[in-house]
Amino acid sequence: MLYFARWKVAAILGVILLSVLLTLPNLLPRSAIPSWLPARQISLGLDLRGGSYLLLEVDLNAVIKERLEGLADGARTRLRQANIGYTNLAAQPEQRRLSLRLRDPGQAPAAVAALRELANPITSLATGVSTPDLEVANADGLVTVTLSEAALRDRAAGAVEQSVEIVRRRIDQTGVSEALIARQGTSRVLVQLPGVEDPNRIKDLLGRTARMTFRLVDDTANLQAATPPPGVEFLDGEQPGTRYAVRRRIEVDGANLSDARAGQNPQTGQWVVNFTFDSVGTRRFAEVTRQNVNRPFAVVLDNKVITAPNINEPITGGSGQISGSFNAQSANELAVLLRAGALPAPLTVVEERTVGPELGADAIRAGLISLAAGATFVFLYMGLAYGLFGWLANIALLVNLIMMAAALSLLEATLTLPGIAGVVLTLGTALDANILINERIREEARAGRPPASALEAGFSKASGTILDSNLTNLIAMGVLYAMGSGPVRGFAVTVAIGTIVQMWTATTLVRLFVSWWYRARRPRTLPV
Amino acid sequence: MFLARPLFRLMPDDTKIPFMKGGKIGIAFSIFLSIASVILAFYPGLEKGIDFRGGIVMEVRTPEPANLSALRNATGGLNLGDVGLQQFGDANTVLLRLPVQGDEAATQTAVNSVRGVLESVAPGARILRTEAVGNRVSGELFLGSLLALGISMVAMMIYIWFRFEWQFAVGAIVTLLLETTKVIGFLAVTRIEFNLTTVAAVLTIIGFSVNDKVVVYDRVRENLRKYKTMPLRELIDRSINETMNRTLGTSMTLLLSALPLALFGGDALSGFAYTMVFGIIASTSSSVFIAAPILLYLGENKLRRGAEVAAPLGGRASTR
Repeated sequence: MLYFARWKVAAILGVILLSVLLTLPNLLPRSAIPSWLPARQISLGLDLRGGSYLLLEVDLNAVIKERLEGLADGARTRLRQANIGYTNLAAQPEQRRLSLRLRDPGQAPAAVAALRELANPITSLATGVSTPDLEVANADGLVTVTLSEAALRDRAAGAVEQSVEIVRRRIDQTGVSEALIARQGTSRVLVQLPGVEDPNRIKDLLGRTARMTFRLVDDTANLQAATPPPGVEFLDGEQPGTRYAVRRRIEVDGANLSDARAGQNPQTGQWVVNFTFDSVGTRRFAEVTRQNVNRPFAVVLDNKVITAPNINEPITGGSGQISGSFNAQSANELAVLLRAGALPAPLTVVEERTVGPELGADAIRAGLISLAAGATFVFLYMGLAYGLFGWLANIALLVNLIMMAAALSLLEATLTLPGIAGVVLTLGTALDANILINERIREEARAGRPPASALEAGFSKASGTILDSNLTNLIAMGVLYAMGSGPVRGFAVTVAIGTIVQMWTATTLVRLFVSWWYRARRPRTLPV
Repeated sequence: MFLARPLFRLMPDDTKIPFMKGGKIGIAFSIFLSIASVILAFYPGLEKGIDFRGGIVMEVRTPEPANLSALRNATGGLNLGDVGLQQFGDANTVLLRLPVQGDEAATQTAVNSVRGVLESVAPGARILRTEAVGNRVSGELFLGSLLALGISMVAMMIYIWFRFEWQFAVGAIVTLLLETTKVIGFLAVTRIEFNLTTVAAVLTIIGFSVNDKVVVYDRVRENLRKYKTMPLRELIDRSINETMNRTLGTSMTLLLSALPLALFGGDALSGFAYTMVFGIIASTSSSVFIAAPILLYLGENKLRRGAEVAAPLGGRASTR
C-alpha cells in the first residue's frame, strides 16, 4: 500500500506538472502568449472586472398579436374569395384566437375549410410529425381560429432566437468587445457587456424594434374621422403634431435593405440615412414608385412616420435616402438599427446589474486578502495540530490550489466574487480528507498496530468515509449550479472542483509523500 | 524538529462523554430555537435583498462627503416611493435603495431619473454599481431559491437512504430542517440580507452539515458490525467520542477559512461569511446533539435486530 510503482509516481508528478503549466497562462497577459499555444485562461466575472449585465424579455404577447393580425388579413381575403359573408371579425390575443360570426351559419363548412388553408404546418423535432398551427372550430356560425399550443411555442422559440441574433448584431455595431449574448429560458435574452459602465446607450439601442416599412399614404382619407377607412391606419409623425393616413399594406419591408449609412446632404448639410435595397427590395421599390408617381410614400419606423415625401419619378436604382429631423447621432443610430435588422417583438429590460471597475478592483483585493489570511490560519492550524502529516497536507493544499486554478483555466471558467469565496472555503474543506486520514492513522496506531500497518489501514479505511462524505458536498453544489444564476454558479463550480481535487490530493498525493518519508526514515513510532 | 509532532489536540483521547444523555434536552432546545426562528422569519421577517424583493440599488461615490439630506430631498421628489439612503463604507459613498416600480419599464425609467437627479445634486458623483430587478424576476429568483433548498434536502435524504438505513436518512433530514430554520432565524435576528449569496451559503452549510453527519454515521455503522452486542446508546456515544477530534478539526479548518472572508471580504461577502460561520457552529453541534440522538430513538430496536442472532455466537466485543 505504501509502495508506489514507478509509473504511478511519474503519473502523479506528471499531473502536477501539467497543472502548473495549465495555470501559467493566467499569469501572463493574453497578448504575451503566442497564438499557436492552446492557452486557456480563467476569465473574470462582471462583478470583478466591471461591466453590465442585462436580462431582456421578449414580449411574446406582441408576437402573438402580430400573428393574429396577419391571420385576420388572411381571413378577410379568403372569405371574400369564397363569397362568405361575416361580421365581427376580431383578434382576441388573450385567448390567442380570432373570432368571427357568419351571416349564414349554413356556410360554416365552407368557411372552416377556407380558414384551415391559412394554417402553416409545424414539424415537431422529436417525432417528425407535422401538425397545423391552427385549430378552426365552428359553433352555430361563430367561427374561431385558435393558435395551437405547439404553434405558440414554435413562434416564441423563433422570436427569441431571432431576437438573440438581432441583439448580437446591434451590439457588434457598437464596438463593445467580448459581449456575451445568449438565450435564457423560454422568453429571455441575457446580455453581458464587460467594461460597460453606463449601459444606457445600449439599452436605448435594444429598446427599439426598428421595424421599418415603406407604405403608401392615402391622401383621400379624412384625418379628422373617428375611425380610418378599411385598410388604412392613422399614424403619428416623427414631428410633433403631424398625423398621416397610411395604408396598412406594406409595399416594401425594411428586411429587404442590404445596407444603411448615415450621411450628410451635400447641399443642405442636413443629416440623412442612405440605404440600399437587396434585389427583391429593388424590384419591388421600382415597381411601386413607377405606379405611384406624384403620390406621397411614407417611411414608417416603429409605427411612426419619419417622412412621407412625394414620389417625383420612379426609383429603379435600389437606393434611396431618408431625411427626417436627424442629427449626427440619431442618423447613425438609425443606420445601425437598419443594418442590424428589426426585432421580432419589443424587448424589456427585466434585470440590470452594472458594476464599475473600481468596485471590482476592491472586491478582488478583498478576496486576495481573505485568501492569504485563510491560507495562513489553516496552514498554521494544520501544521501545529497534526505535526509532520499536517505539514505534508499543507504542501498538498498548495498543489490543490494550483490544480484548482488549472481546472478552472481548462474549463475557461468565470471567476466571480462568490467564486473567490468558494476558493477560500475550499482551503477549509480541502483538509477534511487529510484530517479523516490522520485521525484514522492515529487510532490504528493507538490500537497497537505497527507504523506501516497503521498507515496502510488509516489510508484505506478513511477513503470510504472520504468518498461518502464528500459526495454530499458535490450534491449540494450540483443543485446550486443547476438552480443558481451567474455569480452564484461560479461559487458552485469552484467548490465542486475543490472538493474533487482535494479527494485526490489527500488520498494519493499525501500518501505518496508519506510513503517517501516512511521509506527514508523507517520510523518505529508515528508522529501522530 | 519539534514541529513534526502535533502540538495540541482539541479533545483528549479516549473520552467517554455520555452525549446521548443530553439528547432529549438537545432536541427539545433545538426545536424551540427552530420554532422561534420560523416566527422571527415572518415577524419581523427577513431582510430580503433586491434579488428577492425587486427594486433598485445604486452605490454612488460623491467627490465630497455626501450630503444625505440634499440627496434625500432630491430623490424623494421623484415620486418613486420610499427612497432608502445610507452611508456605505465611507462618508463619500452612499447606498440608495428604491422599491420595485410598477413594471419593468417603469423600473428602467426610475434608474434614469435617479441618474439625472444625482447629476444636479452632487455634480461629479460616480455610480459605482446599479442593480435593478423587476418584480417578476425577483419572484422567480425567490421561488427558485426555495426550490433549490428543497431539492438539495431531498437529494441528501435519498443519498443517505441509499448508502445507509432509512433511520440514518430520517435523522439527517430532520437535523437539516432544524438547522436550516435556525440559519434563517440567524438571518432574521442579525438583519443580514437574504439574497442569492446567502442562499448559496445555506446550501453550502447543508452540504457540509451532511458531510459531518455522514462521518459520524459511518462510524456508527462500522461499530455496529464491530460490537455485535453493545447497546445502541453506548455504541453511538462511543462513535461520537471516537470521531470527535475529526468533527472539531474539520469545523476548525472551515471556520478558519470562513472567518477571514467575514473580516476582510468586504460588504459583498461578509453576510455570506457570517452566515457560514453560524452554520458551521450549528451543524457541528447538531451532529452530536440532534442527528445522533434521533438515530438512537429511531433505531433502538431496529438497528440492533441482528444482535439477538449474533449474541449467542459472539457474546463479547469482536475485534474485527
